[in-house]
Amino acid sequence: MAITMKTASYKIIRDHDRCIECLVCVRQCSNGVHRWDEDYMCLVSDEAECVNCHRCVVFCPTQALNVVASPLDFKTNANWRKPDIEQIYLQAETGGTLLVGMGNDRPYPVYWDHLLLNASQVTNPSIDPLREPVELKTFIGRKPDTVHFGSEGVEGEFPPQLELDVPVMFSAMSFGSISLNAQKSLARAAVETGIYWNCGEGGLHPEVRPYADRAVVQVASGRFGVSVDYLKSGAAIEIKIGQGAKPGIGGHLPGEKVGPEVSRTRMIPLGTDAISPAPHHDIYSIEDLRQLIFSLKEATEYAKPVGVKIAAVHNVAAIASGSVRAGADFLVIDGFRGGTGAAPLRIRDNIGIPIELALAAVDSRLREEGIRNTVSLVVAGGIRNSADVVKAIALGADAVYIGTAALIALGCHMCQKCYQGKCNWGIATTNPYLTKRVNPEVGARRAANLIRAWAHEIKEMLGGMGINAIESLRGNRLHLRGIGLGPKELEILQVKAAGE
Amino acid sequence: MRRRIVCNFDVCIGCRLCEVYCITSHSRFPHDVLKAFKLDGQRPVPRVTVEEEGVLSFSVSCRHCQEPECTKSCLTGALQLDAELGIIKVEEERCIGCWTCVVACPYGAIRPSPGERKVAVKCDLCGGTGEVPACVANCPNEALRMEVWVEEG
Ligand code: SF4
Ligand code: SF4
Ligand code: SF4
Ligand code: SF4
Repeated sequence: MAITMKTASYKIIRDHDRCIECLVCVRQCSNGVHRWDEDYMCLVSDEAECVNCHRCVVFCPTQALNVVASPLDFKTNANWRKPDIEQIYLQAETGGTLLVGMGNDRPYPVYWDHLLLNASQVTNPSIDPLREPVELKTFIGRKPDTVHFGSEGVEGEFPPQLELDVPVMFSAMSFGSISLNAQKSLARAAVETGIYWNCGEGGLHPEVRPYADRAVVQVASGRFGVSVDYLKSGAAIEIKIGQGAKPGIGGHLPGEKVGPEVSRTRMIPLGTDAISPAPHHDIYSIEDLRQLIFSLKEATEYAKPVGVKIAAVHNVAAIASGSVRAGADFLVIDGFRGGTGAAPLRIRDNIGIPIELALAAVDSRLREEGIRNTVSLVVAGGIRNSADVVKAIALGADAVYIGTAALIALGCHMCQKCYQGKCNWGIATTNPYLTKRVNPEVGARRAANLIRAWAHEIKEMLGGMGINAIESLRGNRLHLRGIGLGPKELEILQVKAAGE
Repeated sequence: MRRRIVCNFDVCIGCRLCEVYCITSHSRFPHDVLKAFKLDGQRPVPRVTVEEEGVLSFSVSCRHCQEPECTKSCLTGALQLDAELGIIKVEEERCIGCWTCVVACPYGAIRPSPGERKVAVKCDLCGGTGEVPACVANCPNEALRMEVWVEEG
């Protein structure tokens, strides 16, 4: 192999006292790192190719393997850090844009970790969720301006709603960007736990059609897989304008991933790049967006909520307000930690804003304008656990979307190399040898377990706050306190400082 | 009642951990992979084999057939149906190592043991003790399951 200035990022430590030479590591690594050498008569590892996905580590039956960051030292320099230098080597070699998978991993503040929840003491006693019911039911969709009660309860037409048993949904991940088995796992888990999944912009594969009544179907600029039948088969429609991981950038599924199944599902020729351009070519104003929203409502006979997904960017509140006025029944705001199969590294790391600030700004603005009640807010982009969910709801969200967390439940080890199509965990790949690594039965069980576990924890946290229904927490920022935040950040979050 | 292990080839990932754990469970250290491979001088052969061709892979062990070729072909009657356990067993004392059964088995599920006195070895459902067999218990993708069926006629 030609000399490259890029050095290996990881070092593989094999404990030969433990290694039984079963070659499981050799068979499991899709990057061809481990191999049996006939001359040495032992196992050798080509570390340069290792992406640190932990597949070999987890599958080794004797725990003989460890993968660590390469100890190779770069001269200590506060300005030129190792990744900065390595990226230049790579660009000097290839002349190309740097690509990455998954979300922004720069050390920007995580505001969830600067927010603390309340708990009741003495007055307004806390609730034990094991003895008393705590309600997590959430409805996503437009709420009517006025409600009339008659002898039969609420009278008159009610706008279409999604009914969620837990205020969490699986965010948009198309077949092609993730494997069919991974998508099937999430779809089944959504049905089992009474939530929804989002099929992304790739159309609906026949094998996930049985789960379509729990699916949010996406309409992106590429219009892949979109037909009246597709729109009608989902529970809700989401117009994707932007994505947190790459605001202002369109989607691109490389031709190698467009095999026969993906090509049929997306309705595009075999082996062609599936490019969803950055702009929708029929949307240049809020009025244009309104036209698309109402075309979709018309096509589905006003029976399904239609939402708009935007990335969290600088003037997100104004954009959100416009989208609500254009007729969106729900708004999805995706923060800059949102994941993706592939994004240009500079875009992912430098564009957009944290979801916490975006959510607070949007919720405040919609309230000021008196239209918050007409729309549901769903936030996404780096929701890691049930406490993040509770904080998001207290900040004003109706529900959250999880993507990365759901994939981690299926086995993803965050190697961030999804764009290579060689995902060793069978998730971000369409290679049939790798996709069978996700057994949909196992995947569905794991993803459903995650939702159930979070539901228990959310109930416990609500109980501790003395709240018996998630609806009562929504936008109740008095249940939050900020810690380690400046006055401007507290002002945007509209949260008091801890101790106040 | 009869029993056997079936493999779902849609999710068998060809890792061969079933072989590793089969070896272990028939070794001197049935619950310790490391010791089985490092300390058992006469490590057993796996009674399950993984077949691979392109993207297809599946593991195959004795089918515990309803009309077994092996019991019919065995010269000494060492291979017999154990009616109680519902599986085909080898009675090692009676095996003379003629390998007629190895030739007769259409699945290649029988192989010679290592060691001085070679005898036929094959899947015994880990002793048929009722415990989940090692390959089923340790298949990381749940590709294997025990099938129990009632004999016809
Ligand atoms: S999987 Fe573990 S025991 Fe098997 S060859 Fe690899 S390092 Fe050795
Ligand atoms: S790429 Fe993954 S499987 Fe391959 S050696 Fe590295 S950690 Fe192990
Ligand atoms: S989905 Fe696969 S390739 Fe992407 S980060 Fe996770 S393990 Fe790595
Ligand atoms: S352990 Fe399971 S997945 Fe691995 S080769 Fe055996 S049957 Fe296949």
